[in-house]
Amino acid sequence: MVAVDSQGPQDSAVRMFRRERSIPLRGSAAALCNNLSVLQLPSRNLTHFGVVHGPSAQLVSAAPEGVPLAQRQLHAKEGAGVSPPLITQVHWCVLPFRVLLVLTSHRGIQMYESDGSVMVYWHALDSGDASPGTWSGRILVFDIPAKGPNIVLSEELAGHQTPVTDIATEPAQGQDCVADMVTADDSGLLCVWRSGPEFKLLTRIPGFGVPCPSVQLWHGTVAAGYGDGQVRLYEAGTGTLHVQISAHARAICALDLAPEVGKLLSAAEDTFVHIWKLSRSPESGYTEVEHCHGECVPDTQVCGARFCDPSGSSFAVTGYDLAEILRFSSV
Amino acid sequence: MSVRTLPLLFLNLGGEMLYILDQRLRAQNIPGDKARKDEWTEVDRKRVLHDIISTMFNRKFMEELFKPQELYSKKALRTVYDRLAHASIMRLNQASMDKLYDLMTMAFKHQVLLCPRPKDVLLVTFNHLDAIKGFIQDSPAILHQVEEIFRQLTEVKCFFLLCLWQTYGGLSAGEFQLIRQTLLTFFQDLHIRVSLFLKDKVQNSNGRFVLPVSGPVPWGTEVPGLIRMFDSKGKEVKKVEFKHGGNYVTAPKEGSFELYGDRVLKLGTNMYSMNRPVETHMSGASKNLAPRTQENIAPNPLAKEELNFLARLMGGMEIKKPSGPEPGFRLNLFTTDEEEEQAALTRPEELSYEVINIQATQDQQRNEELARIMGELEVTDQPRQSASKGDDLLAMMDGL
Repeated sequence: MVAVDSQGPQDSAVRMFRRERSIPLRGSAAALCNNLSVLQLPSRNLTHFGVVHGPSAQLVSAAPEGVPLAQRQLHAKEGAGVSPPLITQVHWCVLPFRVLLVLTSHRGIQMYESDGSVMVYWHALDSGDASPGTWSGRILVFDIPAKGPNIVLSEELAGHQTPVTDIATEPAQGQDCVADMVTADDSGLLCVWRSGPEFKLLTRIPGFGVPCPSVQLWHGTVAAGYGDGQVRLYEAGTGTLHVQISAHARAICALDLAPEVGKLLSAAEDTFVHIWKLSRSPESGYTEVEHCHGECVPDTQVCGARFCDPSGSSFAVTGYDLAEILRFSSV
Repeated sequence: MSVRTLPLLFLNLGGEMLYILDQRLRAQNIPGDKARKDEWTEVDRKRVLHDIISTMFNRKFMEELFKPQELYSKKALRTVYDRLAHASIMRLNQASMDKLYDLMTMAFKHQVLLCPRPKDVLLVTFNHLDAIKGFIQDSPAILHQVEEIFRQLTEVKCFFLLCLWQTYGGLSAGEFQLIRQTLLTFFQDLHIRVSLFLKDKVQNSNGRFVLPVSGPVPWGTEVPGLIRMFDSKGKEVKKVEFKHGGNYVTAPKEGSFELYGDRVLKLGTNMYSMNRPVETHMSGASKNLAPRTQENIAPNPLAKEELNFLARLMGGMEIKKPSGPEPGFRLNLFTTDEEEEQAALTRPEELSYEVINIQATQDQQRNEELARIMGELEVTDQPRQSASKGDDLLAMMDGL
């Protein structure tokens, strides 16, 4: 395992990561982007992991040392078609009053209680004239009640012409940061939105010929990972490019944030995972980035990566064809 | 998943099949004048390759292939290659056919995984096509057949290249990424170890492919290691290097997507030669294969759809019936007959390519249509055990 650390001028403690006990999976991870979702439950000393295998998704709960405690498999709803529908993403949505588990496939959107035990809502996507595999680029906004299954589709946002790949949100920050949500698509276009009774499109940040599979939002800064291995940071309100990182040698598959400490994680098909520190320069006010750590997962086409705790001192990784979740924590 | 994946899958797997058969036939080659009646000669080898190539590029078949459609299962696709391999005088036993299919799939899986950019899978396809052209070009020994095939192929080639261009010419990087993901889904959990790959250190002993972290970056990607920071006017204000961990260099040039050209990429070129025999190990002990067995056991409402697909696709395949009393030459992909028998007995359960177990359909009309198409492709040594055409069809499929 190759691990590379850069010691920044402000960071006197050198961060080293070591490999922890892996969590076995019943099925290998599929070659999708953002193929790992993590729900941290520190009060219950538990972490939930979600990975898409193909026609099924697997949920695993683990104790802090990585000991697996419970497993569950979820499937996409069947329908007409040649083969069982494939799940495209599994993700925990943490809302103010509840946590929902969302499963998407080409048939539609399934929402469950956070442990996957009960499906509370199903939204079918019309196949219509579009052959399976082409997405319209629509963004669906749902109103979620604090309890129960009364979920309602409240808005459809038009902003993208090609399939939407990722959505990132952060709580409204106040006067400085108006942006609440950023969406990315297959053409590399980013749309920045402000939430409210109706969502308002604030900025469009054009792509440059490669998909943007993963996006994050931190204190009014958009962090986007691209198919050519670049990570770019933009000012959300204006769309101005502030940082450009030649981060990876292959397509980026996942980005994650540890918002409390401003750490960004990038993972790509080149087998590497990198951790970056975001900050704002006190003199200029511009966003700055520092490289903290690089980890190579040998011979593994990484497809998902997430921080496992709010301080960004541990992370988990999934890889195509790999039937386990790899875990790393800092020493 | 992408509905434009099947032509790429079919052509590249077909290309690998030709490489393997070519190498195996050469290995069993006997000079024409010294050959006994039952031994392979150079002329026979060329003929087998020609027959397969002309079947692959049959216009009607191409039309079916290029229709936008989802990928079907490995089982369904294997049936098509079974037919294709038997498009000539060559005959393969089940064990040899299994091995052939294993090698084909692992080779293309490797190529897809290692493609620098998703759209480079087109360069891999061109490498296969360039080689196929080579197979039919250098054959002065074969008489009238070559010219006829060449003439047909030139017409067909134009049609085929038109299909290729129409389907893939205008696709975006995002759509190629989806095609790549669709292909990887098809190959998920396949870890058969191939001796040649193990020897070349392309595959690890656990069946996983080596993903190098050195060499040229994909065309259009920058060598990792640089952080650039800009002010609000777009002026670069700071530049910092970081240690990426890999050992990458700039890409020298882009491969050509033209009819002729330097593809630059070596993936998809013929890696077999006389001195590198073709062997596989069955990696059946791996627990990673467990999820796949569910595909064989689960009740199969898909079978009807897959059978329709097969009928349509193979209906377009013109299988030439041998004229006159020509013997079928058997090709063994193993070193000896005993090895082949042994391989058939010891093949792990989860790697079995059993054809779908089909419930008898109620649709009499469809049954007759399918039976008609299958009848045109039928191998004559199947005993007829029942009066109903539908049952014959099922019996035939089960016997494949």
